[in-house]
Amino acid sequence: MVTFDIQKLSVWLGSTQALKNISMQVQAHEILTIIGPSNSGKTTFLRMLNRLNELGPRFRREGALLFDGTDIAALDAQIVRKKIGMVFALPLPLPLSIFDNVAYGARMHGVRNQKQLRAIVERSLQEAYLWDEVKDRLDTSAFKLSGGQQQRLCIARTLAVEPEVILFDEPCSGLDPISTAKVEDAMVKLKQRYTIVLVTNNVKQAARVGDRTAFFLSGELIELDKTDKMFTAPQYRRTEDYIRGKFG
Amino acid sequence: MRKIKEFIIEKLILFCGLASIFFVVLIFLFLLKEGLSVLKTVGIGSFLFGKNWYPISDPAQLGILPLILGSLLVTLGAALISIPIGIACAVYIAEVAPLKMKEALKAGIELLAAIPSVVLGFIGMVTLVPWVKHLFHLPTGLTAFSGSVMLAFMAMPTIVSIAEDALYSVPKSYREGALALGATHWQTIYRVLLPAASSGIVAAVMLGIGRVIGETMAVMMITGNAAVLPKSILEPVRTLTATIAAEMGEAVVGSEHYFALFAIGIVLFVISFLINLTADLFLHRNQ
Repeated sequence: MVTFDIQKLSVWLGSTQALKNISMQVQAHEILTIIGPSNSGKTTFLRMLNRLNELGPRFRREGALLFDGTDIAALDAQIVRKKIGMVFALPLPLPLSIFDNVAYGARMHGVRNQKQLRAIVERSLQEAYLWDEVKDRLDTSAFKLSGGQQQRLCIARTLAVEPEVILFDEPCSGLDPISTAKVEDAMVKLKQRYTIVLVTNNVKQAARVGDRTAFFLSGELIELDKTDKMFTAPQYRRTEDYIRGKFG
Repeated sequence: MRKIKEFIIEKLILFCGLASIFFVVLIFLFLLKEGLSVLKTVGIGSFLFGKNWYPISDPAQLGILPLILGSLLVTLGAALISIPIGIACAVYIAEVAPLKMKEALKAGIELLAAIPSVVLGFIGMVTLVPWVKHLFHLPTGLTAFSGSVMLAFMAMPTIVSIAEDALYSVPKSYREGALALGATHWQTIYRVLLPAASSGIVAAVMLGIGRVIGETMAVMMITGNAAVLPKSILEPVRTLTATIAAEMGEAVVGSEHYFALFAIGIVLFVISFLINLTADLFLHRNQ
């Protein structure tokens, strides 16, 4: 099943063209990782999927971007962003308790019943593999958590609004290897229920968790293939050079 | 040689820094010296809470309660008008307005700040005062309410520009984080941006109020200057500042009346100090 169908997508942010004629698909329940050097357009691509780019001034796009068969611009932006959650590079807990952080989105979308909220919070924290570490201190401030725990808290907060897709924008860039491993574990288990698009600067991370991997360079999609194949026998020289660390 | 230069410059800067503190201390000491003597003759209780301000009757009655209440009433009215409008205006400029509108509004706010208070008072006198008189069927339009409205205009630029800065300094990631959870624009403003900017907004409000309570000229022109206990906001009042400005010229130097005006200065000083302190506490709460 196809979650995103992207055809000839070009995007301009101001006068610079950030994405050039991208055509690709994102399958349901896969982890698609996107790698590429900085300024390759991978984050811009990710932010196209939940319509965050259009908040900036002088944004322009051409081409089609279908989500479950409907062009994303035809849908209500709030509904798009509820269905397509996003986890940012830096953990961004709100200055609230752990419980309130996770319940935040659900409350915003109108859940008032305390019992229901508790259920949502517990489920989300369990799915983010954080429940066991915080279940006895849900009332403490989210800032008391470690960086890795904060990032999993942000994942839980995203899960609490029951998305279909989760976008990860370099979610481990500020984390130590052990926290990174925990976040990656969570991602691999999440793909049973969610479609995941992961942008990462860490090529090895793409190799570890991705089902398929896309390589972006200067706003163009160079190559998209099964992760195993990409990392053993890439089609293009540029991909191979980047994966092997010759530039980037 | 370079070391000597460094030394001289450092000391020079130190001197400039200390000078401002020095002057504040001098002013405060002077106020205390001139003002405290009246408390000895009148007593602090009957000075602050006395209901009659008849400084030139014999014996003089020096109770400043009507003046304090006058100041508070005008300030409260101005705050009630300027805070909601000011914050809403800041939110509109920082979050909603398109670029051109934003620039036009910011220029307008700056212009408003540039109008001398005596001009505002004058405009209030010829336009607002008759209007208030007709609207509420009052014997005179020179009321606390008129003063509140004019002072609200003066507090607005302070509130808007500082609250707007506070909203701008909320990290962009907070905004995107909220939107990415599916929040609407208003939900993002109301549930994320305003709470995140709250300390700056409170500081903006306090500084705006500080400006109002210290304002003299406009209130003297349009509040009616009757030093009686106000029963409603639609009656003439006299503020602390207006009293000093109006009576200092005619008070006999060294008389009880003269010292009482300095004591009013102390009261004002303490009030503004408390307001600024509150603003400071809120501004630095998160640091």
